[in-house]
Amino acid sequence: MNMHAKPQRTHAETALIDGFVERFSDLPGNEAVIRRRDDAVERLKAGLPTRRVEAWHYTDLRRLLATVPAYDPTASARPLPALLQGSTVLPVLNGVAAHAPRIEGVSVVGLEQKLADGSIAPAMTSRDAADVIAPLNAAFVTDGWFLDIADGAAVDGPIELQNVQAGGQVHVRFPVRVGAGARATIVERQSGSGDALVSSVSHMTVGEGADITWVILQEQPVGATHFGQFNAVLAKDAKLTLFVMNTGGKLVRQEIKVDAKGEGAVFNLRGVNLLNGDSHTDVTMVLDHSAPNTTSSEIIRNVVTGRARGVFQGQIRVDRLAQKTDAKMACNTLLLSDEGEFSAKPELEIFADDVACGHGATVTEIDRSHLFYLMARGVPEKQARGLLVRAFVAEVIEGLEDEALVAALEAKLEAWFARNG
Amino acid sequence: MLEIRNLHARIAETGTEIIRGLDLTVRDGEVAAIMGPNGSGKSTLSYILAGRDDYEVTEGEILFNGQSILGMDPAERAASGIFLAFQYPLEIPGVATMEFLKVALNAQRKARGEPELKIPDLLRKVKEAAGRLNMDMAMLKRPLNVGFSGGEKKRAEILQMSLLEPKLCVLDETDSGLDIDALKVVADGVNALRAPDRSMVVITHYQRLLDYIVPDTVHVLYKGRVIKSGDKSLALDLEQNGYADIIGEAA
Ligand SMILES: Nc1ncnc2c1ncn2[C@@H]1O[C@H](COP(=O)(O)OP(=O)(O)OP(=O)(O)O)[C@@H](O)[C@H]1O
Ligand SMILES: [Mg+2]
Repeated sequence: MNMHAKPQRTHAETALIDGFVERFSDLPGNEAVIRRRDDAVERLKAGLPTRRVEAWHYTDLRRLLATVPAYDPTASARPLPALLQGSTVLPVLNGVAAHAPRIEGVSVVGLEQKLADGSIAPAMTSRDAADVIAPLNAAFVTDGWFLDIADGAAVDGPIELQNVQAGGQVHVRFPVRVGAGARATIVERQSGSGDALVSSVSHMTVGEGADITWVILQEQPVGATHFGQFNAVLAKDAKLTLFVMNTGGKLVRQEIKVDAKGEGAVFNLRGVNLLNGDSHTDVTMVLDHSAPNTTSSEIIRNVVTGRARGVFQGQIRVDRLAQKTDAKMACNTLLLSDEGEFSAKPELEIFADDVACGHGATVTEIDRSHLFYLMARGVPEKQARGLLVRAFVAEVIEGLEDEALVAALEAKLEAWFARNG
Repeated sequence: MLEIRNLHARIAETGTEIIRGLDLTVRDGEVAAIMGPNGSGKSTLSYILAGRDDYEVTEGEILFNGQSILGMDPAERAASGIFLAFQYPLEIPGVATMEFLKVALNAQRKARGEPELKIPDLLRKVKEAAGRLNMDMAMLKRPLNVGFSGGEKKRAEILQMSLLEPKLCVLDETDSGLDIDALKVVADGVNALRAPDRSMVVITHYQRLLDYIVPDTVHVLYKGRVIKSGDKSLALDLEQNGYADIIGEAA
C-alpha cells in the first residue's frame, strides 16, 4: 500500500504535466535550462496549493484553476498601441518576442537567446515550497526580453514590455538589470484576446542610487488566467515605484517580492484593483527591509462589483539590522455589491527595535453624505456614485509624479467605468 | 415660491420626530430669515428641503412654485432650482473642485434641456464669480473642500450658488466661521443674487449677518415649529431679549 497517497490529480494538474511532455521538445534551452525545466515540473507534480498552504489561503488554486488550455501554435497576437506616448515597445506576441529596437543606454536581448545559451538558467529557480508561478514559468517559458540599463543612463522615453496573448498558453520572462544611478520608466503590459493561461515573471536588480518607475497594467480578457511574479532587489539608495493596476482576467495572481537590501533604499507600491463579474484577483506582496534607513509605503485601492473576489496579502519583514525602517501599508476597498468580497491580510514581522511601521485595512461602501452633497448640487445619483468611486481610485493614481502616466492610467480607469459603471 | 404646510418629519433610522407641524411661506423675491435656539430643527428643515433621505416626512406638504417636491430626489430638486448652502460643507477627496463645478453645472443644464457649457465659457464664469468672492483660482484645483479653512468652505458654497443660479437659496449659518471682512464679501455675493424671481431662506443666529443681508421676514423656529413670524425688527428684538419671552408666549 502506498503510504504517501496523494489526492487524485485535478484536470488542471494533469493538463500541465502532460502538456510538458508534449511541449518539451519544442521549448528552447541548453542543458542547464533543460535541467531547470525538469526540476520545475517535479515541483508541479507535487500538486497545486490549496487553502491549507498559508500563502494561498485566500486563493485556493487547486479549486480555482479548473482547466488549463493547451498550447495553441496557431494563435497569433498583434502588438498594441503603447500606453504612453514616446514609448519604445518591446512586444512578445503569444510567447514570441518579435524584434529588438535600439534603445540608447539599454542593451536589449531576446530571452530565447538567453535560454539557448543557458545564461538565464541560474535565475530559473523557485522562491520557496509555496512558489507555483516561478516553476510554472520555468517549465514552459519560451521567450521575453532581457534589459540591461547602463550605469548612469537616463533612458529617454518609457520602455513598454508588451505581453500580448491570443489564447492557449503563454509563458514569458523579463529579467532586468538597472545600473547604478540609472533612471527609467518601464511599463509591463499584460493583455490579449484569448482565454489563455499566462505566466509572466520579472526579475530586477536596481543598482545604487538608480530610480525606476515600473507599471504593471494587467487588462486580460474575462476568460484569461494570469499569473504574474515581480521580483526586485534594491541596492543602496535605489528607489523603485511600482504601480500595479488589475482591470481584467478571470483568475489573477500578481506576486510582488521586493528586497530593500541596500541602506537608504526606497520602495513605493501603489495598486488599483478594479474587479467585476466572477473574477478572482489576488495581489500578494512580500517586502523585506534588510538594511538600515530603508523606507516603504504601500497604498492599495480596490473597487469590487458583481460577484468578484479580491485578495491583498502584504507581508513586511524588517530584519534585525534594518533600524530606522519606515514602512506604511494601507489597503482600502470600496464594496459596491452585496455579493462581492475582499480579503486583506497585512502582516508585519519586525525584528529591529527602532522602526516606524504601520498598516490599516478598510472595507467601506459609498459615503452617503458625500453622495447627498453631490446630488444636492444637481448631479444625478448614478453619475454622483461614479464620480465618488472614480475619485476613490484616482487619488492613488494622482499621487504619481509623471503627468503623462497619470493621464494614461486615468483613461484606463474611465474606460473600465464606461464598461462596468 | 415656497409653501410649507403642517410639516412633520422624523429621523428615518430612529423615528424621532424633529419637525412637528411647521408652516412657512416664502414669496417670490423674499428674503426670509430663520432663527431659533440650537437644536430647534433649522438644519433639519434645510436638509428636508434639499431632499436628504435620513429624514422622513410623515405629514404635511412642501410646495415649490406650486408643485410638491416630496417625491423628488436631491438632484431633481437641485435641477428645479433649490440650493442648500451647507452649515458644514463636506470634504470630498479625489474630486477636483473645478471638475465638480463643471459636472454639477452641466448636469443641471442637461436636466433642464439646455446645452452643455463649453470649457472656456465655464472657466470665464468661474473666474468672474471667484473674483467677486476674493477666492484664489488655485484653490479650485484642489479636491472639493479638502483642507479648505472654515471660511474658505463657506465661500466655496456661495461660489457654487452664484454659478448654479438657483431660484430658492437656503443658507444654513453661512456666516459662522467667517471673519468680519469675509462676512461682508459673502454677504455682497448673496445680495448680488437677490432678484424678484429668486427667494432666500437665511438661517442664522446673529443680527450681524442680517445687517448685511436685510431680510423681509423673520421666523423663529422652536422644537420643530415656527412659533413667531415678523419683519426685520423681530431679529433686533431677539438680539436684545433672547428667545425666553417668545418661547414663553408660545407655550
Ligand atoms: N440624523 C440625525 N440623527 C440624530 N439626531 C438628529 C439628526 N438630525 C438632527 N438630529 C437632532 O435633531 C435636533 C435638531 O437638529 P438641527 O441640526 O436641525 O438643529 P439646528 O436648529 O440646526 O441647531 P444649530 O443651531 O445648533 O445648528 C437636534 O436635537 C439634533 O440632535
Ligand atoms: Mg444647524
